[in-house]
Amino acid sequence: MSFLTIENLNARVGTAPILRDVSLSVEAGEVRGLVGESGAGKSMIGKAVLGTLPTAVEIESGRIVLDGEDLQALKPRDRRRVIGAKAALIPQDPLTALNPSRRVGPQITNRLVDILGWTRADAGHRAAELLDEVSIPDPERVMRAYPHELSGGMRQRILIASAFAAEPKLIIADEPTTALDVTVQKQILRLIRQMQARHGTALLFVTHDLGVVSKVCQSLTVLFGGMVLEDTRVEQFFARPGHPYSAALLAATPKYTDPDASLTPVPDAVIAGVEAEIEAHDRMHGHV
Amino acid sequence: MADARGLVKRRAGARLWLSAGWLVLLVLVALFAPLLAPQDPLMQDLFAARLPPFWASGADPNFPLGTDSLGRDVLSRIMYGARVALSVALIAGILTCVIGSVLGLIAGYFRGWPDVVISRLVDIWMAFPPVLFSILLIAVMGTGLGSIIIAVVVIDWTRFARVIRAEAMSQGAMDYVASAQVSGRKRFSIMLTEILPNVMPTIVVLLTLEMGIAVIVEAILSFVNLSISTDDPTWGSMIAEGRLSIHQAWWVLVFPLIALFLTVLSLSQLGEGLKDRFDPVLR
Ligand SMILES: Nc1ncnc2c1ncn2[C@@H]1O[C@H](COP(=O)(O)OP(=O)(O)OP(=O)(O)O)[C@@H](O)[C@H]1O
Ligand SMILES: [Mg+2]
Repeated sequence: MSFLTIENLNARVGTAPILRDVSLSVEAGEVRGLVGESGAGKSMIGKAVLGTLPTAVEIESGRIVLDGEDLQALKPRDRRRVIGAKAALIPQDPLTALNPSRRVGPQITNRLVDILGWTRADAGHRAAELLDEVSIPDPERVMRAYPHELSGGMRQRILIASAFAAEPKLIIADEPTTALDVTVQKQILRLIRQMQARHGTALLFVTHDLGVVSKVCQSLTVLFGGMVLEDTRVEQFFARPGHPYSAALLAATPKYTDPDASLTPVPDAVIAGVEAEIEAHDRMHGHV
Repeated sequence: MADARGLVKRRAGARLWLSAGWLVLLVLVALFAPLLAPQDPLMQDLFAARLPPFWASGADPNFPLGTDSLGRDVLSRIMYGARVALSVALIAGILTCVIGSVLGLIAGYFRGWPDVVISRLVDIWMAFPPVLFSILLIAVMGTGLGSIIIAVVVIDWTRFARVIRAEAMSQGAMDYVASAQVSGRKRFSIMLTEILPNVMPTIVVLLTLEMGIAVIVEAILSFVNLSISTDDPTWGSMIAEGRLSIHQAWWVLVFPLIALFLTVLSLSQLGEGLKDRFDPVLR
């Protein structure tokens, strides 16, 4: 049994579908990549799992099973408790992910107090340990700081520490490095991988960078227009992509072996093919 | 750059302190009016009518800012008028702020049906012309301090509700709110710890503006004789009476006007200054 299973999830905004029969699963301890262009619905999948969908988005049908619990079947209160105990988020933008008017320390310890019922003092010690684990110098001082006093890289380290704080079994990382500059990106990526390996956490890694996928992930889901095009092992994907769009995406990604090779953008014909698939799918489900 | 910022900060500081100084003085004067006022504010003396302020020839040192056409002491009346002005500012301002902010926070953060109900109510409410509304209210409830306060609250809570709702909505979309939700915290507690502190600077500015508005509304209603009983000195009624004798005794009009102006100005400056104190990024 997978740790996270999404089955035939359909979601829409008004009448516009944004997730179309999405199915994917993440095994315990596994790192699964979720790739797709901007607007493909990657973040929506993460938010559906975490129960933080915008109010405009409505789940139409489908199941999300987290560690054996069918989330849709739970009362909102219980659902939040289950999700809080088992999953956490590393967000995209460290600028908006920490509350600007609160000190850093309480924002980490809150999770320990809320989820595990720890005392503030114990949570404070644990938070300092975690900050040390993500290589933040002088954790005590940082915990007393306001977010704006810290650099982007520091903040992302804090958010990583905070995500791992309550030892969740699944972490959803939504493009955790896109807002950072290149040198910091590499450090943060390495840190996430180290933490994941050390804590044995399953990771759903949202990205549009196949280079990152090849380095971090074991399995991969390719998304387009809210529809899963391919679900595969990473070695398999890079050796023999199973969908024309995947192949085109691969051809459009710079290779580490040959960074100067000319890049072909995803051809229009491939896009048209995928759009035809989506249309066919919608027709079958009664959206015109 | 650093110097310029320091200068701006210092200037803002000076404004804040001047405003706070005037308001503290006013509060003290209002609290201790019976001890501080040189005269009984209601005592008429037609032989001492229209005495000029202390620096003019013919002034009486017992009436430092002169007397009105009934011989009442202008300074003492301003001091007693401060009591009415400040009570209205404080009570009406805070009530308006609390009611409007709570509704705005709930609508903006919880969304769903509470938002539908509150937003609809705000829209309908705002369709009434406010001045007509307040005059109507006072016509129904009668004049008096209570009526004025209720009129201010009833008219202006929508201002808070609308602004705070918009702010709470944009706060609600932030990742730290999502994270707090994921950790299973109760939504109400999230509203208090994650949303409210970030909306606080706006609430403070609106509150001080509202207090200024309350002072003006009270003055306007006194001016048109809809405020508290005409015997009690209020700045509005003093301005109304002073207007009639502007050519013979300008001081009856000008001094309460200055008091009103300084108070409203200080309140809005105080709001701007406090906003920065509440903002961790600017602090
Ligand atoms: N708050 C919202 N209300 C309504 N629709 C939204 C909202 N946020 C996103 N959408 C729509 O949902 C779809 C999926 O958006 P999503 O944020 O999941 O894309 P994404 O794959 O994460 O893209 P990106 O790489 O840019 O983050 C998009 O078509 C978008 O227009
Ligand atoms: Mg996204």
